[in-house]
Amino acid sequence: MRPNIRPGRIAVHIALVLYTILAIGPIALILINAFKTRRAIFSDPLGFPDARTFTTIGFDQVFTKSDFGLYFVNSLTVTVVSLGLIILIGAMAAWALTEYRFRGNTIIALYMAIGIMVPIRLGSVSILRMMVELNLVNTLTALVLVYVAQGLPLAILILGEFIQQIPRDLRDAARCDGVSEYRIFASIILPLITPAIATVAVFTMVPIWNDLWFPLILAPGDGKQTVTLGVQQFIGQYVTDWNAVLASLTLAIAPILVLYLLFSRYLVRGLTAGAVK
Amino acid sequence: MADVSLHGIAKSYGVTEILRDIDLTIDDGEFVVFVGPSGCGKSTLLRTIAGLENASAGELRIGGKRVNEMPPAERKIAMVFQSYALYPHMSVYKNMAFGLKFAKTNKADVDRRVRRAAEILKLSALLDRKPRELSGGQRQRVAIGRAIVREPSVFLFDEPLSNLDAALRVNTRLEIAKLHRELGATMIYVTHDQVEAMTLASKIVVMNQGRIEQVGAPLELYHNPRNLFVAGFIGSPRMNLIKGQVRSVSGGSVTLAFTGAETSVDVVPGTLRAGDEVTIGVRPEHMADAGANTIALEGRIDAVERLGEASYVYMKLASGDDVIVRSPGDVEAAPGGRYTAHLPGRALHVFNAAGQSVQFGK
Repeated sequence: MRPNIRPGRIAVHIALVLYTILAIGPIALILINAFKTRRAIFSDPLGFPDARTFTTIGFDQVFTKSDFGLYFVNSLTVTVVSLGLIILIGAMAAWALTEYRFRGNTIIALYMAIGIMVPIRLGSVSILRMMVELNLVNTLTALVLVYVAQGLPLAILILGEFIQQIPRDLRDAARCDGVSEYRIFASIILPLITPAIATVAVFTMVPIWNDLWFPLILAPGDGKQTVTLGVQQFIGQYVTDWNAVLASLTLAIAPILVLYLLFSRYLVRGLTAGAVK
Repeated sequence: MADVSLHGIAKSYGVTEILRDIDLTIDDGEFVVFVGPSGCGKSTLLRTIAGLENASAGELRIGGKRVNEMPPAERKIAMVFQSYALYPHMSVYKNMAFGLKFAKTNKADVDRRVRRAAEILKLSALLDRKPRELSGGQRQRVAIGRAIVREPSVFLFDEPLSNLDAALRVNTRLEIAKLHRELGATMIYVTHDQVEAMTLASKIVVMNQGRIEQVGAPLELYHNPRNLFVAGFIGSPRMNLIKGQVRSVSGGSVTLAFTGAETSVDVVPGTLRAGDEVTIGVRPEHMADAGANTIALEGRIDAVERLGEASYVYMKLASGDDVIVRSPGDVEAAPGGRYTAHLPGRALHVFNAAGQSVQFGK
């Protein structure tokens, strides 16, 4: 009873399935091996843990030998605060740059675009020097500042693009209604760009959570390490505690997965439906 | 309630002039329609009155007060947009109440106003719906409701009916007319549809290329157009325009020659001289019947449109001029056949070479 399926569609699905396997593979590998004994990890890396090979020794190691809870809170704080600031400042800047015509408008927009093209890591030395001057080394603030700077250009670009698609009449209608510019932004623009905000959140969140570089050079000190940095202590020059590494990676995946699921609900929603014909 | 007056309003973007030297007085309670082809500046003029655009020159007064520098909210206006511009994430109720929330109106008062507007517009059952769950006509009514609750002195409509289907458009047109009678507020309405203009307006403003061509009551414009543009724009189907020449001028009448025939028209000749090129305008409905003073014009039929109560006969005269005749519904005519139009001696409009009516203001 099925309608005949075109070969093109099959090819597309095969490609998508292959890509999905490729994307999920490493994560699955981490998950299954985190619950296996060291011997089993090396002898049968692709096998599922069974009664003989199952162990939680890696997790025990992580919780007893390191301050995992602290690293976790550090990572979460840095990610959430950076994300909040990027979205708030990014949305406001995008609104100003698209809605108002003022002197220097194009220059600022271009300056932001350059931020997308030039990797912020090129400035690591100057950033470190600046943080030393500001007495911010070994603080989470340093990380937040760097990540906000890193995330803003893309956020402004994406949000600006979406704001431009909001019909002009909506803002004019609100102005006729006597709504202040701040109110228009907060009550009309923000709710209508939630899909874009979710997109920006997902795009910026993952690199921040996964970053090793800036935590390593700006906040390597005790008590300020993030999860990615904390995991490093199990990787030694001669011996690596794979159980612990895989266990802490498993724990590190969880929150990012939750946040992603949270935001992805909004990704596909078209909120402007019904606004104008 | 307020009157609106514009003195020398001009608007330009760089070197592009959108509006030039607009002078217009709109009395309290009037229903004024700006009409003109697209790009004539009518919407820009409306947005200027609303305060969404700034005039480059001139003075705008609402209720006697200069409002050039005021933001839209302080001008006591409410605008209904062509796209409705409903806030998509808010219910019908919130859409209407949103603007009031910031005007320091107390909650009970907001509720009373919204419910009254909903009742007037038959929206009471839909207050909890989101705009996307409404039909086009209902969205339009919500947009009007949002204007009503503000209790403005002046309503501004920017082509509010152009997104509706034909039947709904007629209905909503009647509702807007009724609303105007009930509220008695000043209303300014922009459209490119001359039928809407004729049916709604107490005063029509015909615009072209950023200028006002003529201002007047619907029938005044219909019977007494100032120039060729207004003559061609007002009336459907459009007025027939036939090229001619002045044969002789004598006192209160002018003899015109065209298509090999001659007729004498009682008009003040003004600056007309023998030999001048003129354009003669006749409404299609005046060309169907033969009478004592009519001149028969033979031609070939290009097309016939049958509307039931009337048939529009599109024909080409021997002179090459195309004319439309509004004939009786059951007239015997077919494309390719011959047909005779009748040019009356009365009801003729004569325009000089510059396109100005020589009768206007007589």
